[in-house]
Amino acid sequence: MSEVDQVPGTRAGEQPAPPPTPGPTPAPTQGPTPIPRIRRRRQGSVVAGVAGGVADHLGVDVFRVRLVFVVLVAAAGAGFPAYAALWLFCPIEPRGVRRDVPPRERQQGLALATLGVGLAFALSAVGGQLSGWVIGPLGVVLAGVALVWREADTGAPTVDGGPPRRARWLAGRRLGLLRVLAGSLLVAAGLAAVLLGNVDLNQVQFGLLAALATLAGVVVLTIPWWLRLVRELGAERRERIRGQERADIAAHLHDSVLQTLALIQKQAGEDPAGREVRRLARSQERELRAWLYGPPGGDTGRATRAGDATFSVALAAAAGEVEDDYGVRVAPVVVGDAPADPDTTALVAAAREAMVNAAKHAGVDEVDVYAEVEPEAVEVYVRDRGCGFDPDAVGEDRRGLAGSVRDRMGRHGGTVRLRTAPGEGTEVGLVLPRRRRATAPAGGPETSEEETR
Amino acid sequence: MNDQDPVTVVVVDDHALFRRGVRAELETTARHTVSVVGEAGSVDEAVAVIAHRKPDVVLLDVHMPDGGGAAVLARTRPEHPEVVFLALSVSDAAEDVISVIRAGARGYVTKTISGRELADAIVRVRAGDAVFSPRLAGFVLDAFADRPGATGVVDPELDQLTRRERDVLRLLARGWSYKEIAAELVISVKTVETHVSSVLRKTQSSNRHELTRWASDRRLV
Repeated sequence: MSEVDQVPGTRAGEQPAPPPTPGPTPAPTQGPTPIPRIRRRRQGSVVAGVAGGVADHLGVDVFRVRLVFVVLVAAAGAGFPAYAALWLFCPIEPRGVRRDVPPRERQQGLALATLGVGLAFALSAVGGQLSGWVIGPLGVVLAGVALVWREADTGAPTVDGGPPRRARWLAGRRLGLLRVLAGSLLVAAGLAAVLLGNVDLNQVQFGLLAALATLAGVVVLTIPWWLRLVRELGAERRERIRGQERADIAAHLHDSVLQTLALIQKQAGEDPAGREVRRLARSQERELRAWLYGPPGGDTGRATRAGDATFSVALAAAAGEVEDDYGVRVAPVVVGDAPADPDTTALVAAAREAMVNAAKHAGVDEVDVYAEVEPEAVEVYVRDRGCGFDPDAVGEDRRGLAGSVRDRMGRHGGTVRLRTAPGEGTEVGLVLPRRRRATAPAGGPETSEEETR
Repeated sequence: MNDQDPVTVVVVDDHALFRRGVRAELETTARHTVSVVGEAGSVDEAVAVIAHRKPDVVLLDVHMPDGGGAAVLARTRPEHPEVVFLALSVSDAAEDVISVIRAGARGYVTKTISGRELADAIVRVRAGDAVFSPRLAGFVLDAFADRPGATGVVDPELDQLTRRERDVLRLLARGWSYKEIAAELVISVKTVETHVSSVLRKTQSSNRHELTRWASDRRLV
């Protein structure tokens, strides 16, 4: 049995290991109850980690718990159903919990387990509650059940989140399958032995008994899987209900609050107070929208999560800042998305500078921003329908476009295209070629300028 | 179409305040080109008002109780195919926008659009044009993007945009007007309109996976 103990440990690396948990585990709770649930130990277990889990839960030494079990087992085998029940109803602790179990403790546990089982057999044989020919087969059945249940444990999903491992235990690993088969065989043999002891019964009764015994065997063997199925179903249902609730809230907020905010923006006057109201309504609308639908232009309404660092999120944030600071409407439309890296960060910074320029100098209250992420390049266009300007007439002291936009893009191998003329509005086009991390950075800065009309 | 007659419009939105706002704005900015002849606050009301008034254009809210704009489209279009629908929404979710377009709306504008632009859009859809706001253009580009792993090109005629259509759509997403697009691509404004209409047709009838997914999320296909 001891080599079976190591199976969970070998797969601990599959998940990011939480920091080592000393002593009694303050087990994360799953339900609404804050009382820590009993989590069976993965490491240092003799049979299923029940004793360890109970010890953690009660805050006592494992040795005492084991002693209690031994006494219970000796008391007409009462310890067996108690242990089995705890085994079934207490989930196993998450993978990756590391604890230092001295080898002595395990040996001690093994010895105690052997002692308990031997005591149970000896006492019941002496006391005559169960006659000897039943005890043998029953022991075999118990061993078989333990073997199969252990196997169910190693495939069990982690308690806190993590994808259900149904696929894995259904697909089965060869060794696991072998253990399950061996366990089933033991159970079957044990049951058959019990039955064969009853050959004096007539044939009908024997058939009935055989069928019942088979049924009982199958039920007992599959209990862990049934329980797990029920648990997973519960988890899935909770998840679905949560999603449904969220959709309901979104629909309600959408129908009432977003509408009202849109109305406020339309009705606010042109005086400073009106502009302030409009700015506030815009910023609230933007926040709510981001929460409801995710970044603008993003896919099907996935919500923004903290730490979702992508190009579109960064661009939307930049547009929001400009909207707030200068009281103009900046509506970014983003097609595609890319993970944030130093290049796209520089692109967003350059785009932000272009938006600020438009907001400050164009004299309009709306700026269009369009970004497209393609396999070979990321393009951003910042456009206004404002007064436009003559690029040659810009003084040396006004370095916004030249310094912040053009130099920044140049350093990252991108280009800037400027289309403007007095009275024609302005469009700043930023094109950043995407590079593979493996290739060398693109050549020197390259800037092209193109003026039309 | 007679240019002298104002375009008749019915406003469908479950927010009375918003209907009144749109009406007031259209009456002040476009008195001679657009005339609001009816309002409706629910799907049933909308169906009745549209059947009674037979407007040229219906301004349709995407989100309403009892199925929203898509339900109105499904119930009125078979009987009144001549009525043109323009979706007007605060929604930014691609599935909302794409699903009303697929249900038959000829355009989509956001509710923060100015009165003048709205009147312009109404006149344009009335004339048979499609109205792609920059945001809708972005969604459609996204849906038709040939990104790795994208699936669903069954019918190349319907499931892919031509290079020219893509160019036009890109410029629309950048906020350009038809006139500017025509000048940039050295084509006529009429040709730009043809490209936009063709993109609309593809958006409405393509079997492309992204489009059908967006629409089927709302159980429309």
